[in-house]
Amino acid sequence: MSEPVPITINVNGRKRSAMVEARLLLVHFLRESLNLTGTHVGCDTSQCGACTVLIDGHSAKSCTVFAVQADGAEVQTIEGLADGGELHPLQDGFWEEHGLQCGYCTPGMIMSAVNLLENNPAPSEAEIREGISGNLCRCTGYQHIVNAIQHAAERMAQS
Amino acid sequence: MIPTAFEYRKAGSVAEALTLLQEGGPEAKLLAGGHSLIPMMKQRLAEPGLLIDIGGLDELRGIQETDGEIAIGAAMTHAEIAASDLLRAQAPIVAETAANIGDAQVRNRGTIGGSLAHADPGADLPAVMVALDATIALLGPNGERKVQAEDFFQDILTVDLGEDEIVTGVCFQACRSAAYAKLEQRASKFALVGVAAALSLDGGTCSSARVAVTGASSHAQRLSGVEGALAGASLPDGAASAAAGAGEALDFVNEDLHGSEEYRRAMTAVFTRRAIEAAAGRG
Repeated sequence: MSEPVPITINVNGRKRSAMVEARLLLVHFLRESLNLTGTHVGCDTSQCGACTVLIDGHSAKSCTVFAVQADGAEVQTIEGLADGGELHPLQDGFWEEHGLQCGYCTPGMIMSAVNLLENNPAPSEAEIREGISGNLCRCTGYQHIVNAIQHAAERMAQS
Repeated sequence: MIPTAFEYRKAGSVAEALTLLQEGGPEAKLLAGGHSLIPMMKQRLAEPGLLIDIGGLDELRGIQETDGEIAIGAAMTHAEIAASDLLRAQAPIVAETAANIGDAQVRNRGTIGGSLAHADPGADLPAVMVALDATIALLGPNGERKVQAEDFFQDILTVDLGEDEIVTGVCFQACRSAAYAKLEQRASKFALVGVAAALSLDGGTCSSARVAVTGASSHAQRLSGVEGALAGASLPDGAASAAAGAGEALDFVNEDLHGSEEYRRAMTAVFTRRAIEAAAGRG
């Protein structure tokens, strides 16, 4: 049995400390230790992106990161995106443009889009499709997701 | 999927990581971005007893240029390499190749040192490093060792790296007239065939060339027949004839559900031509 490792991760602006097994994946720490179940497990093989969160501002598949690797980092999940009762422009975009059907991929899709717009505030459609290529949606054919991200980019440019 | 239990140590320095590696022996593995290792651990294809985390070490970070020689630290992520203005100006092949690895999340975590040490047969950067005649810098208990990229990659997932050594970085001469072209596996973006060409150009004539392939065979390797055919060739017109025999010349070619041996040999010639034409277009 391996020794538990102390970690402190700033999750959505709040410091969370725990003793964890080294093999605990970040996604399981978020979902099972912190009850932040907005981050989903899809494929569990680093492909589908449903588990995407931001680590120090950069998108990452939290099924492919050990919680111990995020010690001292800032992690943002879908739960940390809205400002109080006001939705983030990307959440609003997915609402307005109907960027989902079943919704399973949506939290990861939105977190990837946050990373994309941070690096490229006015992406072309091709750049949006490349930017979310690490996120799989099996319902929508992606068109409404692309529309949702464009909607958000335009709104963020105005404000 | 849950990996086997392991001990975890976060190294505070490269020196400490080396000590931990020696203490851990064959049970120990280095962890940086983890984007090759963690998926293997989850499938229990790898079950190291000790992980030594070197991901955050400043000593392994940075992209610098000194007198035309560019050095990249092993812990630099593909995203950081893709975004480097220095690389975009002085070795655009490296930044462009990094920008086309996997997806955004993978590029944010995966590192150049990890990619080179893991040596997946479909990885992109090994071919680019061989074409640029890069030197891989290693550190072990007996000090530093430098290995040319073409000697570093030996076989499938096999490199010239001791159990007690760490890849600390790579360096290569600045080179604008180089390009990488790949036929990618659409889901993973791994190369079914990827070819990197680095040319020395005198007007429209190629005075010398280094060309390397990945994806097609067990490991990244030079296409010496193509290099020979390019010497003195006028480009871009001579690209097709120089590239024509590239696939047939390979000793061993991978075969899987994404592409037969015959297909990969044919595509090696096609993507060799495209890489040469793109590199010549920069001259």
